[in-house]
Amino acid sequence: MPRDAPTLDDGLAARRRNYARRYAWFVVPAAVVVVAVIVFPWAFTLYVSAFDWHLGRERRFIGFENYVTLFGDARFGWAVARTLFYTALAVVLPMLLGIAAALAFHRKFPLRGLARTVFILPMMATPVAVALVWTMMFHPQLGVLNWLLAQVGLPPSMWVYAADSVIPTLVMVEVWHWTPLVMLLLLGGLAALPVDPYEAAKIDGATAWQAFRHITLPLLMPFIVVALIIRTIDALKAFDTIYVITQGGPGQASETINIFLYLQAFAFYNVGYASAVVVVFFAIILALAALLLWTRERVRLT
Amino acid sequence: MTTRRAVLAAALAAPALVRQANAQSQFDWKRFRGERIEVTIQLSPRGTLLQQANREFEELTGIRCGIEVVPEQQHRQKIIVEYASGRPSFDVAELSLHVNKRQVGKARWNTDIKALIADATLTAPDFDFADFGAGMVQYATQADGRMDSLPAFADYFIIYYNKELFAARNIAVPTTWDEMFESAKRLADPSKQVFGHVGRGLKNANVVLWSSYLLGTTQRDMIDANRQLITDTPDAIWAGETYKKFLREVSPPGSIGFNWNECQTTFMQGRAAMWVDGIGFAAPLEDRNRSRVAGKVGYALVPKGPGANHHCALFGAGYGIPEASRKKGPAWLWIQWALSKGNQLKFLASGAGVPARSSPFSNEQAISGSHFPREFFQTLEASAKIARAGLPEIVPVTQFRDVIGTALTNTISGADVATELRRATAEFKPILEQSERES
Repeated sequence: MPRDAPTLDDGLAARRRNYARRYAWFVVPAAVVVVAVIVFPWAFTLYVSAFDWHLGRERRFIGFENYVTLFGDARFGWAVARTLFYTALAVVLPMLLGIAAALAFHRKFPLRGLARTVFILPMMATPVAVALVWTMMFHPQLGVLNWLLAQVGLPPSMWVYAADSVIPTLVMVEVWHWTPLVMLLLLGGLAALPVDPYEAAKIDGATAWQAFRHITLPLLMPFIVVALIIRTIDALKAFDTIYVITQGGPGQASETINIFLYLQAFAFYNVGYASAVVVVFFAIILALAALLLWTRERVRLT
Repeated sequence: MTTRRAVLAAALAAPALVRQANAQSQFDWKRFRGERIEVTIQLSPRGTLLQQANREFEELTGIRCGIEVVPEQQHRQKIIVEYASGRPSFDVAELSLHVNKRQVGKARWNTDIKALIADATLTAPDFDFADFGAGMVQYATQADGRMDSLPAFADYFIIYYNKELFAARNIAVPTTWDEMFESAKRLADPSKQVFGHVGRGLKNANVVLWSSYLLGTTQRDMIDANRQLITDTPDAIWAGETYKKFLREVSPPGSIGFNWNECQTTFMQGRAAMWVDGIGFAAPLEDRNRSRVAGKVGYALVPKGPGANHHCALFGAGYGIPEASRKKGPAWLWIQWALSKGNQLKFLASGAGVPARSSPFSNEQAISGSHFPREFFQTLEASAKIARAGLPEIVPVTQFRDVIGTALTNTISGADVATELRRATAEFKPILEQSERES
């Protein structure tokens, strides 16, 4: 038997290896799709970014010149700064409000189900439609928002029609639209929390704040980080609402990287330069994603 | 001796002979029956009318025609991207002459319409090319003499004014920009939130208002004979100062973000006494279901500037056939039908646009039967006589509008006009030079 057993094992192993080798072709369809829709566009974008390429003109190889121009382009610098400012506001505010809303909706009260449904309605709406409705409401003379301000005796605001108030106003739309998503994610987290720590804390005489600070918040942290990552990605890629409401204006006051990129590619037909913007933007997103993933690892360890 | 076979052959050939004989006396619209073409045009009252009448074309020619109507801004991008791909999906495309003319011309993306007009087998005898206004034909013709689109419509900037407000303050229609500014101040009624003027403040869209002022100066243009940028000269700065004072002092707060649609809403609601913009907005302004000022709208020529020249800004569109299209014949039939005398008259009478043909203007019956006041048609005819391109004929025209438009928008927030225009000119100069060098 000592001779037979290894033989059988060898045979099985060989068959297993054969099995893998013979069916390796089954990976091909998936690989083709991945190459066609991810790898190729990426490689092609990198390739295009090395050209002076305007639609309708001869293209010319220029190496890294697009990148050199980009780093000296003040307009791009401002676009990056605005994107970071917008992202910071559009992440922090929905997070804070979302946590508060999740805690409120976690408590039991009459008609809770209905209230939750109403609260998540904005999330269901199409961004472009939402943006068009808000645009009408922001109108300085005919919009309902300034009418409401006038009813309570406040002076009218210029909302998106002034350079200094345009980004906070756009963030307001984002908060209205996406706080429900944060709430929904955290509500799921709250429902999964164990009750024992709270009972123990109650016996030890902890206040409600202490229970929240030392039990709820740490236990909820993994969910908060997930919400944070989703919000950050959404805020960074925000385009539809900004484009519909302001087109990057007034002037360039709300021109984020996405709007800058869109203008270069589809208004100025400068596809080489636009590709360089995409590459740099991708690097920025990778850096932010790495930071968030690192944070998540730390949260998991603690 | 006549054989049975010969008789049979003659009898079979007869219908073909008859058809051929008819073709000589009467144009054969059905020669491409059974083919299919794709047409892409811009969303406008004109586009909608053509789309609604599509069946008429299909019945006339037996050609199946897919019409795609896309909003103006997206349409311009869409066709350029498709042309650049080498295989556009359309056989006819509308071209904004003031935006894409030079770009499409330089790349030779469209076929020369003149060659099609010269072909008697393809062009209906009643097409009458001479009916197209000389100015519009010139506008659609490229520098090398090719006419790569058939001029379809013109658009002139005019003044829309609220007759009721003018009468209440006993104010006459202004004839100079300075007079217009003074009138605007007097027409304002802050207690009712009524403003003397409304105009485009939004970056890019606003450049054509500034160029309307510039057209009244001695300089008139935005590039000189050597194709150099002249947007920081004293005349350009005067136009900028005029823009700044109109938008800052006599327009509604928030105008900085107004494109034509916000201006239209403000004017329709009776909140502005005057609005300078394209003539195509007459239709919505006179629509009693949507507009509070219907029946009270006055139409007038744009005022004069300080220079000897008096012009109104001209914009326009043409219909072209891609060189890459394999159905140039059917496509040309579609253009002939779309821009026929009958269709062009229909557009004029319904206020959908200014036809490129001259004959509709002399059709007294249609004009008197229209629901637009005679003043509208008079303004239109007078504008045609003083029209001049409202944007420079350069390839990067969108970038020009972006850079100069940002400078103008900044002046509404209080920035110094001369500083802004000098900065913008310096910024755009290398872009124009590179584009001129390469084209």
